[in-house]
Amino acid sequence: MNDTTVNTNGAGEVVETDVVIVGAGPVGLFAVFELGLLDIRCALVDILDKPGGQCAELYPEKPIYDIPAFPVVTGQQLTDNLMAQIAPFSPEFHFSRMVNSIEKLEDGSFKLTTDADETFFTKVVVIAAGGGSFQPKRPPVPGIEAFENKSVFYAVRRMEDFRDQDVVIVGGGDSALDWTLNLAPIVRTLTLVHRRDAFKAAPASVNKMRELVADGKVNFQLGQIAKLDGENGMINHVHLTTEAGDLSIPATRLLPFFGLTMKLGPVADWGLELNDNTIVVDTEKFETSVPGIFAIGDINHYPGKLKLILSGFHEAALMAQAAKSIVSPGERVVFQYTTSSTKLQKKLGVA
Amino acid sequence: MKINVTDQAGDVHELEGLEGWRVMEVIRDWGLNIKAECGGALSCATCHCYVDSDWLDAVGAPSEEEEDMLDSVGDVKSNSRLSCQILCSDELDGLKLTLAPSAAKD
Repeated sequence: MNDTTVNTNGAGEVVETDVVIVGAGPVGLFAVFELGLLDIRCALVDILDKPGGQCAELYPEKPIYDIPAFPVVTGQQLTDNLMAQIAPFSPEFHFSRMVNSIEKLEDGSFKLTTDADETFFTKVVVIAAGGGSFQPKRPPVPGIEAFENKSVFYAVRRMEDFRDQDVVIVGGGDSALDWTLNLAPIVRTLTLVHRRDAFKAAPASVNKMRELVADGKVNFQLGQIAKLDGENGMINHVHLTTEAGDLSIPATRLLPFFGLTMKLGPVADWGLELNDNTIVVDTEKFETSVPGIFAIGDINHYPGKLKLILSGFHEAALMAQAAKSIVSPGERVVFQYTTSSTKLQKKLGVA
Repeated sequence: MKINVTDQAGDVHELEGLEGWRVMEVIRDWGLNIKAECGGALSCATCHCYVDSDWLDAVGAPSEEEEDMLDSVGDVKSNSRLSCQILCSDELDGLKLTLAPSAAKD
């Protein structure tokens, strides 16, 4: 990420830009390119801590076969290539945050706020949020919502919250193993629960965990989480389903690590016309029911829509033309090719 | 070929499956309650189903990678499979399965 800015300031910050792109997946990234050719500045906001969206989070190593001119490319390679392609335009990235609200101001521009307490003032909003925002997967336990962020956590923000507690960690991946190792020295008791005695985690971590179990510092329990007991948001027992039947473990903190899943999230509250969790757009500009807010990629809906990355790229190009007329009203837009236009080549830093 | 799918509400659906299609794709195309968010890339477990005991042998055991993905849901049983990893074929004509709670859309 040479020529790109990763913003880590957050709280209280105010950003002014031409376009805010919600989502830094492949389509959001390519939108930077198409907008950049038209001299439009972009800031991107993504809930993940890295660019690439589903390509980077769900299938970084999986081959994709239907990107034009790439017989095969992995999700991560596609992301890396897009990042290289948009580097000349120095987009500003705001990772690990979610856009909570969009407000249309009197002059037709927009004010966005994030869960990191940032404010964006922008002329155009482009929603390229794919299947929604990645959120921790909630285990199928009745009533778990009442305990969330009080005694049930999907991430460790402050290790101190777990000191001298009876902690149950559920899962068999790196997050479960890493936090088992990190929290073991400070907790009162720690039980790692996994459905099988096999882990998809760094072998060194698994070995260390087994040593802690052998030393009696960590309990390992085969099973699946079934039920929680507690009151006022504080758990006191975790019930497990095991081969030997139900098992109840005294616990004051629970950390389930089942990975991430996509949820539409706040997009549903932005007053846009929706169709089954997707945003309705026209097929000339890919504009939503609110002028100035566009939606491209998997998150939009129109007759004949195909959820393909290549469709999102096309949508980005047409959206950019329409966005230009909002960002620079009255300015004549001359359509140019990167192969022949010295002007475009200068923007790309090759002429 | 036909597959019989019981959804999370207990309703049974007889679906026409096409040879070579993934069972997940058939269920999704018929509009049943399946999230299938990675689209069949074996990168999530949101097409999780339980295969009827009579069909377990015909369907076969999950691969190691599939077992790894099943770690990301909390309602795994001994007959759990990811429906994107089951291909429709004449040998599976009449296949019976039940959608897991963890396969449901939000």
